[in-house]
Amino acid sequence: MKLALWTYEGPPHVGAMRVATGMKGLHFVLHAPQGDTYADLLFTMIERRNQRPPVTYTTFQARDLGSDTANLFKSACADAYARFRPEAMIVGASCTAELIQDDPGGLAEALGLPIPVIPLELPSYQRKENFGADETFLQIARALARPMARSADISCNILGPTGLGFRHRDDVAEITALLDEMGVRINVTAPMGACPSDITKLGSAHFNVLLYPETGESAARWCEKTLGQPFTKTIPIGAQATRAFIAEIRALTGLTTPVDDSRLRQPWWAASVDSTYLTGKRVFIFGDASHVMAAARVARDEIGFDVVGMGCYNREFARPMRALAKEFGVTPLITDDYLEVEQAIADLQPELILGTQMERHIGKRMGIPCAVISAPVHVQDFPARYSPQMGFEGANVLFDTWVHPLVMGLEEHLLHMFRNDFEFNDAAGPSHHGGLSHHSNPAPQTAAPPDLAAAEPAAGGAEGGGSMPATSAPQQAVSDTPIWLGDAESELRKIPFFVRGKARRNTEAFANLRGIQQISVDTLYEAKAHYAR
Amino acid sequence: MSILPTPPSQGCRETPVLKERGQREVFCGLTGIIWLHRKMQDAFFLVVGSRTCAHLLQSAAGVMIFAEPRFGTAILEEKDLAGLADANEELDREVARLIARRPDIRQLFLVGSCPSEVIKLDLSRAAERLSAVHAPHVRVLNYSGSGIETTFTQGEDACLATLVPALPEASAQSTPDQAPDLLLVGALPDVVEDQALALLNALGIKNIRCLPARRSDALPSIGPNTIFALTQPFLGDTHAALIKRGARHIAAPFPFGEEGTTLWLQAIAAQFNVPAERFDSVTAAPRARARKAIAAHADALSGKSIFFFPDSQLEPALARFLTRECGMTALEIGTPYLHRALLGPDLDLIAPGPVFSEGQDVDLQLDRARQARPDLTVCGLGLANPLEAEGLTTKWAIELVFTPVHFYEQAGDLAALFARPLRRRALLSPPQIRAAE
Ligand code: SF4
Repeated sequence: MKLALWTYEGPPHVGAMRVATGMKGLHFVLHAPQGDTYADLLFTMIERRNQRPPVTYTTFQARDLGSDTANLFKSACADAYARFRPEAMIVGASCTAELIQDDPGGLAEALGLPIPVIPLELPSYQRKENFGADETFLQIARALARPMARSADISCNILGPTGLGFRHRDDVAEITALLDEMGVRINVTAPMGACPSDITKLGSAHFNVLLYPETGESAARWCEKTLGQPFTKTIPIGAQATRAFIAEIRALTGLTTPVDDSRLRQPWWAASVDSTYLTGKRVFIFGDASHVMAAARVARDEIGFDVVGMGCYNREFARPMRALAKEFGVTPLITDDYLEVEQAIADLQPELILGTQMERHIGKRMGIPCAVISAPVHVQDFPARYSPQMGFEGANVLFDTWVHPLVMGLEEHLLHMFRNDFEFNDAAGPSHHGGLSHHSNPAPQTAAPPDLAAAEPAAGGAEGGGSMPATSAPQQAVSDTPIWLGDAESELRKIPFFVRGKARRNTEAFANLRGIQQISVDTLYEAKAHYAR
Repeated sequence: MSILPTPPSQGCRETPVLKERGQREVFCGLTGIIWLHRKMQDAFFLVVGSRTCAHLLQSAAGVMIFAEPRFGTAILEEKDLAGLADANEELDREVARLIARRPDIRQLFLVGSCPSEVIKLDLSRAAERLSAVHAPHVRVLNYSGSGIETTFTQGEDACLATLVPALPEASAQSTPDQAPDLLLVGALPDVVEDQALALLNALGIKNIRCLPARRSDALPSIGPNTIFALTQPFLGDTHAALIKRGARHIAAPFPFGEEGTTLWLQAIAAQFNVPAERFDSVTAAPRARARKAIAAHADALSGKSIFFFPDSQLEPALARFLTRECGMTALEIGTPYLHRALLGPDLDLIAPGPVFSEGQDVDLQLDRARQARPDLTVCGLGLANPLEAEGLTTKWAIELVFTPVHFYEQAGDLAALFARPLRRRALLSPPQIRAAE
């Protein structure tokens, strides 16, 4: 038994749903009680899908237990086939049905439906969502794909994208275009967008592009072994990884068609002088291992950040995660307990978090800016605009979205001069983010306001993603105010208005510290030197 | 809409109900924790369940709660399923840890789930055992929010029903001249509860308590001199538990809209012999305000048809409000469970016509909705966008339990919740809503 307040991953059947919902012509019959239908809203609300997920829940009740839950499953299966006429079906049990051991696979088979019915083993009490997606895709591939002749032209499959994936929609578009430009035809993209009959054709591709190891690696390995298809190991997130990915494709195919990289702006954006202020910014990175490992390289090698911590919530990838952390000289944090992540962030006090929606909330509470780089996702992670993470455009997007939460160069310069002021400081938030609408909750122990009316709307209720949290910044006690001499007062007025109050306070605090009763122009500049970094 | 239609000579109390036992698309009772934990400020809700239960709570709350929430899930793992003794030990350990970390907690609810019930983990015995360990500082109670036993708002009912036997016995003997104690039952937002108390006080009714109380030290006492009014229609088990304690129920329509609020107050006032003049003088101004506020939405709602998918058991009471005060026509009123005794006064006021359905077979019901093509469909979050994409305008049912909608001052807001989707659809016309793949 383990106490969880928030979780990074849902149960494994939600992973199976991500596969089923990403695909077409496939139906999922899930033996589950009524409350488990909540999972539909992940797709219809968070991802804004315009169709119900292709899932039939048997919704057995207490009165059905011990009598006819098995019949309930059978009739749900038969009804689902009659109504939806899928090309294939997957069947499985949620956590509760796993306990009543009705054997959905056997029951479905007994119906003798004229389509492939693929049973799933989803151990709810051991594994989680990513496993569920990975395992489901593997079972579908095993059931439907067979070795076959390779296509005449050079072709590949793209493996791993699912429903509810972080930017999968746009990554697939970006990588499809890149491969097309290189002269590689896409045979099948799966699970997302594929129907079962497409899966039967997986074997005609020459190789596989594995974009999301979390949800596609088992299938890719099976294809390698059974269909003889090698798969790519580079995740093309960032400019350098995209170039390495292109090199890997070239090595696999022998193709040499040049790739137009004129759209790639990120390296120059990072090199231009305005970005100098990004140098050595301390970042903490957390999410699924593949996104975190890619982000760590981009952060260090392409933007010039200082990676002070990294980790992932999926233990399945602990080994490569540990190896990379070692290379970076940091301690890896492998945990799915968000309190531990919160503690690590509190200890490290990074200047930027690259994380998931969980870390965005942690950041909000602590007044640390955060950009989301990985699932778990929320409605704002499905932007209307094109916003891939992968490929050349993805590299541009990374630069923009990581830099946006930070204060800008010149502004930061002023802030450094006058840091520690309570109303204008590093933590008060960048000026280009408008009003300070959110108030921090300094102690995590503090309960939410008990006003029911303040309950935020459910999943669909997006909140203002753009504004940064206000925070209770350190205040300096100014006991007795020293006197400003005329010269110093007029010098103070030369300082831009938006930092003047801060300069005044800092100078006074400095004067108090030194026991200075009268502030001269010298005191002002000594104070500046004292507080400047 | 200043004059209400005369009540129908024959309402819908006896209307036959279409009972369905197919696939459902509803939340389980765990969902109630989302609002209950905000209402009871010193309570913690510990679900004993699976990763699914934790994920449901998180998804229903939208991951949007800022501070550490006063709820959590003790997730059962493989080793807990192996032997029950272990599961109890593990539970004791997690509870001890939780209580040590949250000294502000005075009430702990162990909330049963489908997995805990299927493996027959006895949470009532666990609650007794843990109460003994952590008394007097923390009281441990239990109820079921499982999806095999409860639907959505029934979780609140189960929670309040479990509180009733533990309430102290009212000491005062009832004497003929002594006014009874009034108990308001149902978790309302504080601001709404305060409005109700102010109105009742103005009518001269004192000694009013609320269940649930905001804090555990304010729990009401109860006895034969207690009379109670429900503010929510889904409190069937709580109603039965209170009757068992000797309390008396005041039947009335539920306090939605101007008419519902007035009839609800009138039923209470009658028990306390409030003079008619006093009732009128207290309610005249807020009644007028409520009518005016509702009228502001009459244009959007009047003459429009509405179809309810089952969700919260509020459906019949809301249909009464929308048909009588907003001029809408109800086509189908779906509800997870129709408690005729509690909803009788509301049903009496609904003119015959709508289909009443209880339970669900979601695909068949979707077929009926497509056939009926209502102007507005009230449904859950899983169905809303797909129906919008089919051209039907929808209202999320969950907002009706998360938003203050009771009594006079919220009557306009309640109408607005239904009017907004219709206004929005009109604004965005000609319809260009084609969701991306
Ligand atoms: S339906 Fe049962 S298993 Fe599912 S979330 Fe609700 S209590 Fe948990």
